[in-house]
Amino acid sequence: MATGEVTKGRSGGLLESARASSWQTRIAVAVTALLLVLLFVQAVRDPAQFFSQLVIGVTNGAIIALVALGYTLVYGIIELINFAHGDNFMIGSFVGLTVLAGTFAGIGLFSPITGDSGAFLKVVGVLLALVVAMAVCGFVNVAIERVAYKPLRNSPRLAVLITAIGMSFILQNLGLIWKGPAQVAFPELVSSANILPTDAVVFRWKDLFVLGMTVPLLLGLSYFVRNTRQGKAMRAVAQDKEAASMVGINVNRTISITFLLGGILAGASGVMFGLFNGITVFNVGFFQGLYAFTAAVLGGIGNLTGAVVGGFLIGIISSMADQYIGVEWTSIVIFSVLVLVLVFRPRGLLGDRSAVQGGGS
Amino acid sequence: MALLEIEDIHSYYGHIHALQGVSLTVEEGEIVTLIGSNGAGKTTTLRSINGILPPREGRIVFGGEEIQGTPAHDMISRGIAQSPEGRRIFHRMTVLENLEMGAYHRNDRAGIREDMDRVFELFPRLRERIKQESGTMSGGEQQMLAIGRALMSRPKLLLLDEPSMGLAPVLVERIFDIIKDINRQGTTILLVEQNANVALEIATRGYVLETGTIVNEAPAAQLREDPKVREAYLGEI
Repeated sequence: MATGEVTKGRSGGLLESARASSWQTRIAVAVTALLLVLLFVQAVRDPAQFFSQLVIGVTNGAIIALVALGYTLVYGIIELINFAHGDNFMIGSFVGLTVLAGTFAGIGLFSPITGDSGAFLKVVGVLLALVVAMAVCGFVNVAIERVAYKPLRNSPRLAVLITAIGMSFILQNLGLIWKGPAQVAFPELVSSANILPTDAVVFRWKDLFVLGMTVPLLLGLSYFVRNTRQGKAMRAVAQDKEAASMVGINVNRTISITFLLGGILAGASGVMFGLFNGITVFNVGFFQGLYAFTAAVLGGIGNLTGAVVGGFLIGIISSMADQYIGVEWTSIVIFSVLVLVLVFRPRGLLGDRSAVQGGGS
Repeated sequence: MALLEIEDIHSYYGHIHALQGVSLTVEEGEIVTLIGSNGAGKTTTLRSINGILPPREGRIVFGGEEIQGTPAHDMISRGIAQSPEGRRIFHRMTVLENLEMGAYHRNDRAGIREDMDRVFELFPRLRERIKQESGTMSGGEQQMLAIGRALMSRPKLLLLDEPSMGLAPVLVERIFDIIKDINRQGTTILLVEQNANVALEIATRGYVLETGTIVNEAPAAQLREDPKVREAYLGEI
């Protein structure tokens, strides 16, 4: 690949593709601008409401971003859309719920942790639920790869893709057997009270909790991939598996570690989703997974920063659409944005690089 | 005892019988070259040695141990490193990160530092570009990086696959001078080259490979004089 292409993709890519314009581009730019102006008008008219809505968007976006990273990590390294990932997220929320209930397989380990428990117990409960869910989901993800994807490593793409969809159904139905078809309630362990003294702008302890957990995870992941030896090995495998094995990198182990990381993030976001929204259900992974997958594609699948940007964008767009357009329009708006972005930038907003961290040609 | 001894290996790509009984030896300190036309099995021989394409039959003995079943990623800790055909550097990583990956299996920081300095001495150009994303470098620089990356494991045996590919003649000469230096500093080299002229110039011995079998083996100087070799591989009529 030529030098010029790389720099172009990085810096002026968006502008340049807009400039290489046809009438479609102009319409798209005009529509986007119009929407931004309308949003700005709303923001000026009622800033408090706007900012409250923004907080909701950012918080939801953070949860989506964590799941999106799982899609993008796995895609980056083996170019597979792991459709089971969203359902692993659901498993994470169920595991968290079970830990908080204190009972597993009919055996009571400790009394349930509920909204009435003491503050210390709540903190311990939440942390325990997070850690256990992260461990279980990490393990589940690694197991899925070993059992379902690894044997198909050299098969046609489509075979693995169908297998991934199959894994998704298996997990979803396990969830159905485990907790039944109805929504299950999460105990209210994180307060919904507003932190801010005013009533106008709402920033709840819940929001702080999600952001306080997500941001370190995002930074940690970014540090891991960028700076550690294992992280660099992941990037090397993503770019060229054969060359990676020639320098002594165990490719299979590195792929397992990638799935482990994705699973850990899914587990954490599953529990946070439950605590934040107060409910979970066996097919929550389908919808949440779809949003997260959309976020990953929007940002440029395979690109870690892209997944985070995409996650926050989807979160913010959906909260704004909820408020200013109408809840029934939200999905339409989100997927229209996706279609628009893909029409003009088929590789996503930041996806100038074909594979992860961004791999080979 | 030879450093590397290959006895009658057969390797396959699916049903294609690519290596049909290749035997060769590399003594410690030598530069041995494998020449042959496109598709003769030169690269396949290297892939069989380094575990990417394990042979179905035959033995590969390295330093007195059979290694034909060893997974590719363990070859480097046994002392075999490769600069592959087409360079295969990690394009999206910097020069420094590529070199670090070459020392992936090592933990001795001081030793790694030492070897990196040695690579920079051999290829001063790489030091200048240490922070540069390697995919944005020129072909010659990428070739230097591929060789440097392989040297970072401090190998006993260096497998070089087509180091001259796509390079200007001046650059080829420079790279081959450096290969000679690397050999003089104590690394044994097995060199696969399309460009038989330059390969035979620096090699101690050479093997000629044709459709998966060795058809000739001789000291390099002798091969250069061989009329058949001259006609087929040195571009003389």
